[in-house]
This record gives sequence, C-alpha cells and structure tokens, in this order.
Amino acid sequence: MKKSVILGAATIAGLAAGAAVAGTVDDVKARGKLNCGVTTGLVGFAAPDANGEWQGFDVSLCRAVAAAVLGDANAVEFVPTTGKTRFTALASGEIDMLARNTTWTFSRDVDLKFEFTGVNYYDGQGFMVPKALGVSSAKELDGATVCIQTGTTTELNLADFFRSNNISYEPVPIETNAEAQQQYLAGACDVYTTDASGLAATRATFEAPDEHVLLPEIISKEPLGPLVRHGDHEWGDVVRWTLNALVSAEELGVTSANIDELSAGTENPEINRLLGTEGTLGEMLGLDADWAAKAIKAGGNYGEVFAKNIGEETPIGLARGLNAQWTEGGLLYSPPFR
Amino acid sequence: MTTLTDPPKEQFRLSMLLYDTRYRSATIQVIALIGFMLLAAWIISNTIQNLEALGKPVEFGFFGESASYDINQRLLEYDSRDSHLRAAFIGLLNTLVVAVLGCITATIVGVMVGVLRLSNNWLIARIMTVYVEMFRNVPVLLWIVLAMAILIEGLPAPNAFRGENPTASMDLFNSVAVTNRGVYIPEFLFSRSLGDVHLFGASSLRFDISLDLIAFLIVLGGSIFSMRKVSAWAAAKQESTGDRPKTWHIQLGILFVPLIILMAALGFHLGYPELKGFNFKGGTHMRNSLIALWLALSLYTAAFIAEIVRAGILAISKGQTEAASALGLRPGRTMRLVILPQALRVIIPPMISNYLNLTKNSSLAIAVGYMDITGTLGGITMNQTGRELECVLLLMLVYLCISLSISAVMNWYNNSVKLVER
Repeated sequence: MKKSVILGAATIAGLAAGAAVAGTVDDVKARGKLNCGVTTGLVGFAAPDANGEWQGFDVSLCRAVAAAVLGDANAVEFVPTTGKTRFTALASGEIDMLARNTTWTFSRDVDLKFEFTGVNYYDGQGFMVPKALGVSSAKELDGATVCIQTGTTTELNLADFFRSNNISYEPVPIETNAEAQQQYLAGACDVYTTDASGLAATRATFEAPDEHVLLPEIISKEPLGPLVRHGDHEWGDVVRWTLNALVSAEELGVTSANIDELSAGTENPEINRLLGTEGTLGEMLGLDADWAAKAIKAGGNYGEVFAKNIGEETPIGLARGLNAQWTEGGLLYSPPFR
Repeated sequence: MTTLTDPPKEQFRLSMLLYDTRYRSATIQVIALIGFMLLAAWIISNTIQNLEALGKPVEFGFFGESASYDINQRLLEYDSRDSHLRAAFIGLLNTLVVAVLGCITATIVGVMVGVLRLSNNWLIARIMTVYVEMFRNVPVLLWIVLAMAILIEGLPAPNAFRGENPTASMDLFNSVAVTNRGVYIPEFLFSRSLGDVHLFGASSLRFDISLDLIAFLIVLGGSIFSMRKVSAWAAAKQESTGDRPKTWHIQLGILFVPLIILMAALGFHLGYPELKGFNFKGGTHMRNSLIALWLALSLYTAAFIAEIVRAGILAISKGQTEAASALGLRPGRTMRLVILPQALRVIIPPMISNYLNLTKNSSLAIAVGYMDITGTLGGITMNQTGRELECVLLLMLVYLCISLSISAVMNWYNNSVKLVER
C-alpha cells in the first residue's frame, strides 16, 4: 500500500510539473485573460483613469498582446507591481508578461532568467529639481538629498554617477512613484531621479509643472521593454512580434484609421503578410491569421500609441527623439515580416 | 513450602512494538518522526532540483560581490563598492539600533501608562485608557506611515531656514534643527581623542570601536561600583543603628565627577549642525525614517506593555498594600519596595514576547525607507541579485538569532527576579 501512495504522489507531482511547463499561450487562451504586470501608477505609461480603466503606453502593449492572442483588447487583468515585486511576480507565474518600464540589462536577461522581447521605449536616467534651487547641472548636486525608487537600475546608476564625479549625496529610498512625488513636493528631498520619461510623466501631474526642471545630464542608457519568463519561446515570440507589428505598422503607414481598408488586400505584399491576407505568419505563431491586425486595432500603431499617451500633444509632452522610426533618424527598427 | 523462582524471562518479539503498551507510543513516535523527516527532505530536494532546473542553484557566492548601492544611514563606514555581505551587516546594525531604542522607549512609556491607568485621578486614568485602546487596535504599519507623513508634511524643509527672512529657525540656542529630512542634534566631539581600534581587518565585518567610548564605559562602571559600595555601607549602618545616613550628594559626586574629569581630559566639545549647501552639515542626523519607525513602534508596543504592567500590579493582593501602610510605609515606597518587586515576576515573561514583537515589527521599516536588514539584504540585494531563496533564508536566520538572544537575556533576568523558594 505504501508503494502505491508514493507512486500516486509521484504521479500527481509529475502531472503538476507537466501542467506548469505547458505553454503560456495555451494558459492565456484557456484562462481567456492576459495577466499583465504594470506599474502601480505612472501617468502616461500605466495608470487607471477617472473611470478606473487602465490607460497608458505600457498598458497599450498589454492590450495589443491580448487582442492578438484572444481577439479582445479588454481581456487583460492588470497587476500593479513595484520595482521590488515585479520580478518575483513574473518568475512565479503570477503575471504572463511584464510591461513596466523595465530596463533591459545583461544580468536581468542572463542571471534572473527573463527574456526581453524588444525595446518599446529608449530612455535614460535624468534628474528633476525645483527651479528655485538654481541648479543647472547634476554635477552641482554635491550634498543633495535624492529620492530614488528602490530595487531599480536607477539606484545603481545613481551610486555610480556620484562616485565617479566624486561628490556626495544622501539617498532616500522609496517604494513607489507616488511616495517619491509626495516626498519631493514636500521638500523632503532636493532631487528626484528616475528615467527621464518617468520624470516628465510625474512632472505633468504637478500643480505647477513649470516650477520644476529636468537637468540636462542623462546618466545612463535605459532601454525599456516588455519581458517574459525564460524558456517559453513560443510565448516570447508572441510578445516580441506583437511589438514588432506595431512598429512595422507605423513604418508601413498602417493606422487604426485605414486598417479596415488595407485588410481587404493591398498591392504591398509586406502589408498583406502583416495583416494576414497573404502567407501563414499567424499560423506559425499559433494564432489567427489576422492577429497583427487585431493588435493594431487595439490602440493603433506605435506612433499612434506614443502620440496618444505620452507624445507632444499630451501634458507629458515627450518628443519622439530616439524613439522615432529608423527612417527618421530614430532607433525603432522592426525586423521584416517575412 | 514454596520455592521462589525467577519469573520466566520474557522474550522480545517484534510484534510487541505494536501490541505492547510499553513500546507502542515509542513506535508511533519513531514512525511519525521518520515520516516528518521524509517530508522535509522531499520539500528540500524538490526545491533544490526545481531551482537547478531554473538555472539558479542555491549558492551564497554573490555575497562577496560588490553591492553597488548606497545606504543613507550607516553606523560604520560603507560605500557602494563594498560587498553585499557588508551591506547586510550595515542593515543589521540599523535593525538593532531601532530595536534597542524602541524597546527602551516602549518600556518607559509602557510602565508609566500602566501605572497611571490605575491612578485615582479619573481624567488621567481615562486618557491612558484611550491611548492604550487607540494604539493597540490599529495596525502598527498605519502608525508608522502616519508618523512619517506627519514628519514630512508638518516640518519645514531645510531651505526654509535659508535667506534673509527664514520661515523656520533652529531650536535650543541654535543647536537643534528640526526639518522634514530629520532632526540634526549636536554631536560629541573630542579634540584629544584616543582614536579607534579596528577589528577584523578589511573583511566585511570590520568594525571600529572608539577608545573614548571604552574609557567612558570603564569610568562609568567604576563609578557605579563605588556607588553600590556606598549604598551597602549605608544599609549596614541602618541595620546597626536604625538611622539611614543621607548619601545622595555623595552618590551624585561619585557618578559625575570622574566622568567630567575624563571629558575635560579628552577635550570634549559639541559639534553643532550648520546649514551648508543643500542640507545641514555637522551634528548627528537622526533621519525621519528612523524617528517615525522608532516612535510608532515604541508607542504601539508601549500600549501592550502598559496592559501587562497593569495586570502585574493588579495581580498583587490588596492585603500587601494594606500591610505595608500598617507598617507605616508611604504610598511611593509601598509601590517601589512591596508591589513592584512582586509584580515584576508576573510582568517579565509576557514582556519578553513584546520585545520580540517589536524587533520583528521593525522589518516594516521599508514602508518609510529605513534601511534595516529587510531593506538591504531582503530588499535591494535580493532584487539586484535575484537570489530570493538564499536571501530570505539568511534573513530568517538573522531574525531568529536576534530573537533568541533577546529571549536568553530576558530569561536570565527573569530567573534573577523570580521568587527564591527556601
């Protein structure tokens, strides 16, 4: 009898292990919902609006992936994560993908066992100070008190920057952007440092944004992108090529306005392959033929998503800069859909 | 006539393990123990295997790598090039600082509140009841966050001290600056310092001890020893003559004169904080995070201690008070000489668990950005290296050691005050 119990336990353990390695694509389809990790609230990138709907640049990517896999841009469960909890949430399977302005670094990719599926925003770490402080360069910040989100690459860059410039500072570690904002506005720290895009987004929510300046120094490279767990390459491909589809759509002039017209078939074979009227790209991914069309319809192409959430017309007012298409001097460069 | 014969020697049979009541319970315990150990072994080996499958074998080598992050409150020298182990050590000291400060404050406040709650003054007793109920029934995390919010929003920023017409000014003859970044108090400086002793060379646990402090402690210890001698002499005199000589002025002299001489010899002076650049420089900086955590933890725990003290006093029969009054003891002396020594026996054991609670609750420090060991080892180090299991195991071990040490000390104290039976 003992033996059968042990065998039974082993069988159950084996089944559980088998279930765990089944593809995330199938899990998401079976669940009917995509669990997407986002920030706890950074206006423009991911924050709930007045109606409690999540909006933003990173949120749009989650919605595009949900549309590509499930055909419904609203079938997303947004899981707010802090700089500290995000990797545990992803590694433990609580979320299927993480779209939380996360910097692609060697150790996160190789040592933490995650797979970055591309870059959706090329960023760098900057400093914000009140204008009244009269500081014009980060090198004048000797002895300043600096608010910093703990558990981020910015924490390490900050230590390196001040060390290499041989100036001192007092770090004030903080869990979330909202707390940092509170401490910064109360004057409990002189400087707030994080990715320049995050600073612009935070400043846009201030009562008097004009009273704060971003210093000219950008002290690091911060390629921000979505990531998934190591080892599930099918799912990694889905997320990677959904992002690429949005980028390619902008390059090829496919917008949410003309997509229905173009889906009927065009003279350009690359557009046809992207939108699924030609070739079997969707099938190769294990998705419907019009997966990319659905993803683009969810929020528009990359340019539209950018303009709507963080572009120059919005209060955040970020220029395209490095995030322009390669044809316009930027770094966005999608591999071909072939 | 009967002959006595030895009873037949009982032979041990295997089945007796189960059917003989003398052995049965041992058999069951052994089986249960084996089962438990198998379960534990299965869980451990499963974890190790799964981690290896993930490509994250359990190893502690990362502790030697450089931490690359800065810590604001460091009692020993530390910079971002030091190792993760060093960072954890700095965090451990921060945990101990807040735990020790918290335990002392909680005891003082708790004893006062507990005694006052039994006061005959209606108003004071009610106010203490409100205090106890308020702090005992709201989670400590909320008190910590509230304390931090009040400190940040309610106090002036350093730049309010600047300019022609500053809106804030320093307190206590320009020696203390209360800002929303913390409180800057004068620091002790010695112009003829004896220097430091360096322990453990260049390892992660290197430690500097100030010889000034050691000299101070030696002199203080000597003074206290002499004071006890004087007390013993006074007690002996009281025994033989019935009169207790007045000794308080001698005691004060013994306590303070040698210390003052030592301070003068070392060139003692105070270093005052001064507004320089962005912040105050000089003086000792007690950060907001430390003050908020310390205040909230001690006030919260004090509410529990107050109840324990009250229970301890109420546990002493009223006859003791009456007997003491009949002997002519005044109420203060009754409390000090008759009630409290007996109440302590009831108070100490639950007090231990409150000290342990306070120490463990200090791991909520990250809510206000206080860099304790949970913030360094269990926070930034864990996040940057991705070694969750190793960090958490080590963190648990550290808290276990701290708690067991507190228990050991308090149990020793409990043994020394408990009733000696003859």
